[in-house]
Amino acid sequence: MTNFFKSNLVIMLVFSGVVLTAPIWLAPIGADYPDLLQKFAIFGIFAIGFNILFGLTGYLSFGHATFLGVGSYTAVWAFKLLSMNVIPAILLGTAMAGVFALVIGYLSLRRSGIYFSILTLAFAQMSYSLAYSVLTPITNGETGLQLSQQDPRVIDGLFGVPVEAGLPSTNLFNISMSGLSGFYFCAVILIIAFYVSLKIFRSPFGLKLRAIKSNQTRMKYTGFNTRPYLLSSFVISGMYAGLAGSLMAVTDPLAGAERMQWTASGEVVLMTILGGAGTLLGPLLGATIIKYFENIFSALNSSELHKIFADLPDTLENMVVAIINPFVGDGWHLMLGALFMIIVIFLPGGVMEGLTRFFKWFKHIFSFGKKQPATNSDATSKGEAK
Amino acid sequence: MDAILIQILNGLDKGGAYALIALGLTLTFGTLGVVNFAHGAIFMLGAFCAVLFQNILTLSKKVKDESITFFDAYKEQPYIEIWWGDVGTAIIDYAVPLSILFAIPVMLLIGVIMERGLIKHFYKREHADQILVTFGLAIVIQEIIRHFFGANPIPTPAPDIVAGSAAIGTFFGLSDNLVYPWWRLIYLAFSAIIIFSVFAFLKFTTFGMVVRAGMADRETVGLLGINVQRRFTIVFGIATVVAGLAGVMYAPILPPDYHMGMDFLVLSFVVVVVGGMGSLGGAVAAGFLLGILQSFASMNEVKAILPGIDQIIIYLVAVIILLVRPRGLMGREGVMDD
Repeated sequence: MTNFFKSNLVIMLVFSGVVLTAPIWLAPIGADYPDLLQKFAIFGIFAIGFNILFGLTGYLSFGHATFLGVGSYTAVWAFKLLSMNVIPAILLGTAMAGVFALVIGYLSLRRSGIYFSILTLAFAQMSYSLAYSVLTPITNGETGLQLSQQDPRVIDGLFGVPVEAGLPSTNLFNISMSGLSGFYFCAVILIIAFYVSLKIFRSPFGLKLRAIKSNQTRMKYTGFNTRPYLLSSFVISGMYAGLAGSLMAVTDPLAGAERMQWTASGEVVLMTILGGAGTLLGPLLGATIIKYFENIFSALNSSELHKIFADLPDTLENMVVAIINPFVGDGWHLMLGALFMIIVIFLPGGVMEGLTRFFKWFKHIFSFGKKQPATNSDATSKGEAK
Repeated sequence: MDAILIQILNGLDKGGAYALIALGLTLTFGTLGVVNFAHGAIFMLGAFCAVLFQNILTLSKKVKDESITFFDAYKEQPYIEIWWGDVGTAIIDYAVPLSILFAIPVMLLIGVIMERGLIKHFYKREHADQILVTFGLAIVIQEIIRHFFGANPIPTPAPDIVAGSAAIGTFFGLSDNLVYPWWRLIYLAFSAIIIFSVFAFLKFTTFGMVVRAGMADRETVGLLGINVQRRFTIVFGIATVVAGLAGVMYAPILPPDYHMGMDFLVLSFVVVVVGGMGSLGGAVAAGFLLGILQSFASMNEVKAILPGIDQIIIYLVAVIILLVRPRGLMGREGVMDD
């Protein structure tokens, strides 16, 4: 019975159901508008991809935002040169990020541990500075790359897509990519991305990656060349980042260098850790939580806070507002940093570990007095969905 | 020729800052084995020590402006001027150098609290965890500073007497056009003094000897009945002070803002890696080397040949070094090999 609930098919069905109905069940917490939902999906893809590298192999890359940026730039160029249809943009964005990941990964993976982190960081900073300075003809520097009326759009021209006045918007075979349809497009891609990640987790390949994490030296002694496996996982996660980047361009066709900054790389690390590195669902959960709270808290300011706590006595109200105020609005990053520390210090396994602990405790309470059956569900450790 | 000399000076100057931060980073690696991503934030805190000290000195009250007689005019006059007259004015003028005295105990305290309160619990955890928690700490420090001091750079001028430029060209009998800001020369001398005193401290004192022994073989030193841990805590404090002082003195060169630490951190990490993880001499040498390389790369003649090279030269060098000499310039075998 347990096996049935853990089969790929059931997991995918449940997952698809949950994702596709998100606009409905997220409505009560005010997160049902398409812009935010799209962000959930996009950053979910980014974090799921990052998890394939960090969660499985334990290699902490601090430069994944590079691939996000590369994906965005490529997608916008595809919109400019080829077609406003999203399919070529996404394919090209993902492929281009893959190429970058191959080169950067080939060089960075010659070292491991902290050296690997610093190498990826160095590459990311390099690409960021280049995008700002020399590569301005390609990236349009500080202004960011944007669509314009004069763009050729060769494929659109071939098929005689009428040229509208004003800037064209992205579409999937004439379905506009704004609003809910845009979210559903991202959601479908998220489901596919999740499926691929599930397959990787449950394949011999995924097992090898995990073996590398637990003891790479031993892997090497048994005659395994770990490099190709590491490189492929790096490239796969880079492509996920590129996919997320091109989806960002789909929802809003402009790309700027700030997407490649190392704080952006730090954010995806945080998402993965918060959700639970090495778990299937964790990164997606982490991305959703962070983007949701970012959305809520960065909109608050002190007058809003006074409204919220208006029922309290005045002195208390002022105190509470004074305490909370630095953490909201512009201070959202303070909250993010504090959250980061708290998670790493107290809950290294992230939300998923918290949930597991909670369910264990729950089970323990309710099986009190009964004879504890020897379940094999305790073996459900990291890496197994649900 | 002049241009080249100026660039060397520029490079040494920048390199001084890199070397000081990298020195602290290396001390922390070597002794505690902790990768500290919050070190840049400490540098920034140092610069804000200068800002805070300046703010305290210039606390002022409204007094009547006597020079305007047509109507009642008021001006802000610092208390310290009201109390001590010209001496007070002079003290305000020397705010930055004086804030060193203020910064040393503050930074030491911050360092010890940080080590005892947070870093201590991360000795046995993976490097990834150490990186992550200190990264979070860096964000927190940075945002707290932003909350109190705002997002804009705060000008902290050097004393008037060294505000101008030194005619070093005339002094050395070279071209008269060769001038260089006094404060930057002072910074260079200052970083050299700090670096030498740290090395002297480690080399010629018993405390330093124990620390060096602990860096080489911690277990044996512990077996000899020496409390290595306490000394390492102090070393962490010293590293914090060094980075803080680097920040204090850098404030007149670059008006401090809340994210200056992050910019320096990435570069200093690269410096440490190029120098060789755990090698103090390597960190200093690599700091100056990369500083000079960077300023040469930002010369117009070089940029004309290789556009954009000034932006990436440091990272490029780091990548090449790591791939060719994996242990860095002076890295020792067995120290942070993975």
